[in-house]
Amino acid sequence: MYRYDEFDAQFVAERVKQFRGQVMRRLSGELTEDQFKPLRLMNGLYLQLHAYMLRVAVPYGTLSGKQMRMLAHIARKYDKGYGHFTTRQNIQYNWPKLVDVPDLLDDLASVEMHAIQTSGNCVRNVTADHFAGAAADEIEDPRPLAEIIRQWSSLHPEFVFLARKFKIAVGGDKTDRAALQWHDMAVEIVRNAQGRTGYKVIAGGGMGRIPYIAHVMKEFVEREDILAYLEAVLRVYNQDSRRDNIHKQRIKILINAIGPEEFRRRAEREFDEIKRTGSLQLPQEELARITAYFAPPEFETLPDEMPAGDKAFTNWVKTNVHPHRAPGYAIATITLKSIGAVPGDASADQMDAIADLMDRYSLSEIRVSHEQNLMLPHVRKKDLPAIHARLQALELATPNAGLITDIIACPGLDYCDLANARSIPIAQDIARKFADLDRQHDIGELKIKISGCINACGHHHAGHIGILGVDKKGVEFYQLQLGGSGAQDASIGDILGPAFGEHEIADAVERVVDVYLKERAPGERFLDTYRRIGMAQFKSAAYEKALA
Amino acid sequence: MSKLIKSGAFTTDTYVQVGDDAALPEGPVLVSLARFEKEREALLARNTPVGVLLQSDQSPEKLGDDVMRLSLVALDFPKFRDGRAFSWARMLRTRLGFTGEIRAVGDFLYDQISYQHRVGFDAWLVPDTFRLEEFTKALGEMTNVYQPSADGKKTIRELRAGR
Repeated sequence: MYRYDEFDAQFVAERVKQFRGQVMRRLSGELTEDQFKPLRLMNGLYLQLHAYMLRVAVPYGTLSGKQMRMLAHIARKYDKGYGHFTTRQNIQYNWPKLVDVPDLLDDLASVEMHAIQTSGNCVRNVTADHFAGAAADEIEDPRPLAEIIRQWSSLHPEFVFLARKFKIAVGGDKTDRAALQWHDMAVEIVRNAQGRTGYKVIAGGGMGRIPYIAHVMKEFVEREDILAYLEAVLRVYNQDSRRDNIHKQRIKILINAIGPEEFRRRAEREFDEIKRTGSLQLPQEELARITAYFAPPEFETLPDEMPAGDKAFTNWVKTNVHPHRAPGYAIATITLKSIGAVPGDASADQMDAIADLMDRYSLSEIRVSHEQNLMLPHVRKKDLPAIHARLQALELATPNAGLITDIIACPGLDYCDLANARSIPIAQDIARKFADLDRQHDIGELKIKISGCINACGHHHAGHIGILGVDKKGVEFYQLQLGGSGAQDASIGDILGPAFGEHEIADAVERVVDVYLKERAPGERFLDTYRRIGMAQFKSAAYEKALA
Repeated sequence: MSKLIKSGAFTTDTYVQVGDDAALPEGPVLVSLARFEKEREALLARNTPVGVLLQSDQSPEKLGDDVMRLSLVALDFPKFRDGRAFSWARMLRTRLGFTGEIRAVGDFLYDQISYQHRVGFDAWLVPDTFRLEEFTKALGEMTNVYQPSADGKKTIRELRAGR
């Protein structure tokens, strides 16, 4: 894992002090709320329906046991005993008091964590594949580059007052677990025809009101040029983006307005200039220095067999245990999606208990995924039964990773100031309806994603089944979308038709799933069947009962 | 009323900002891009410093080679949230090689001064109530930086490498 040196530590400490000053100026009335707003957002602090909400960064989704314990401590000390893991490798606290936030940030800094740029119109917390450094199929661990991007983008003087937010993700191979194509900008580690490793850069993806899949900006960027190219794209965006309509200020709108060809031309011009000045070149020794922090641990030589167990264990292994690069090791997912739970929520006690598991079984490391789950990245297969037993005791052993009850949901109208409808109760209704494990396993991979408003924090455009909450004259309704994907086969879901009432939506989902079960060809996932047969049958089934 | 900070101190503003239709006074003037484009030759022939005020949607590239004949480029912040001028200042210093005064005018916050300083601004038009200590404090809040910019400040990467 990355460790702060004296420069990083001083930077974060001074940033907390600076923010403390801003909070004091707000409390004294020197700053108006209008002036304070972008300053607090740049440090992850929202004003929500009931209280302030603080969003803490988990850069590229990696946490140590010590950090996890601090997150638990913060949940107890400043919040109501829990935290919420989000779709962008952050954790949110829903109830801190403004006056306490600087102290909270000092506590975070003591374990090398912060809330810098987790919100606001700036470069956001950089995310990465949650299997980084452990996946069996990756070209290279994406986290060293993600850390380099984190540093370069931290208080970048040119890019802290952008037209809108700017999200960057990094992936280490062709299998996309980080929703790269849905980001404002993303980097995929690639190997060229000569066998050289470099970076493919894409840009212009985004969810929200007008969803777009990203365009390729440059197929191959040399290692030492990567920051120069990323800066070039940001510079074109900052200079040329609209500023007159908040709904049209993301980079996706600019790229699609002027065309990807023209955007590439403008970026290339900036890129050439930045390269000429040479100041952003990434020296090999710096890349090597950062990479060393993420060096793979010394894996033991172990037999590769999977231990036997009861049906609960076997089910869990089937969905929640994933191949690891080292023989005898595995990656184990802890879904924060027990039936009836709030997706992504973890209590302080659970966090402490998970930290114990991390220390004991996973080299004190855990990952946070954009699907709002946690992963123990380096566990010995022979330890899996003990881990499973402990998770069962914590009610965290639900064997549903990637299944229909592993639902992504934003906080929705229960917490969020922007929401039009609640998301959490819909996720809970659907999870209860499909609680039967045999049925879930029979249905197989099916990603449901729920957003409580058009901003799409719950990634509904990318759901195999997406659900969007809308408000019609003060009543909550839910629109269904089918066929979206956030993986390497990224696609935007198609809207089915008129929205369903809050008590109809789970039934409509069930009828849609029944069509899949009836029509699927051997080996087909829900998404595959939808892509093969199209919308018609799903649509008539979905509305059959609702209309009758 | 407002006052000017330059070279870390309050300074008399020698430029007179002139409207697009007003008569040109003696001495240094600050005009809009539209007026500069219209009266370019007359303005440059006056043999007295000329400054151009750019709105946030006007790239300094619109000035072409004339930028080298200007003494001042003022960049407007119509709203402190509009951050385009951060890129314009950077462009003036690095692409266009402008060495004259780059002045921040309009609606910007104390909290933006250090970023402005980094990208190449060297003058600030601030409210009368603004104290010089605030300016010094703004520049000193963050000791080190991660990225190179127009100020030429050593980055953390360079400091790590002992350069």
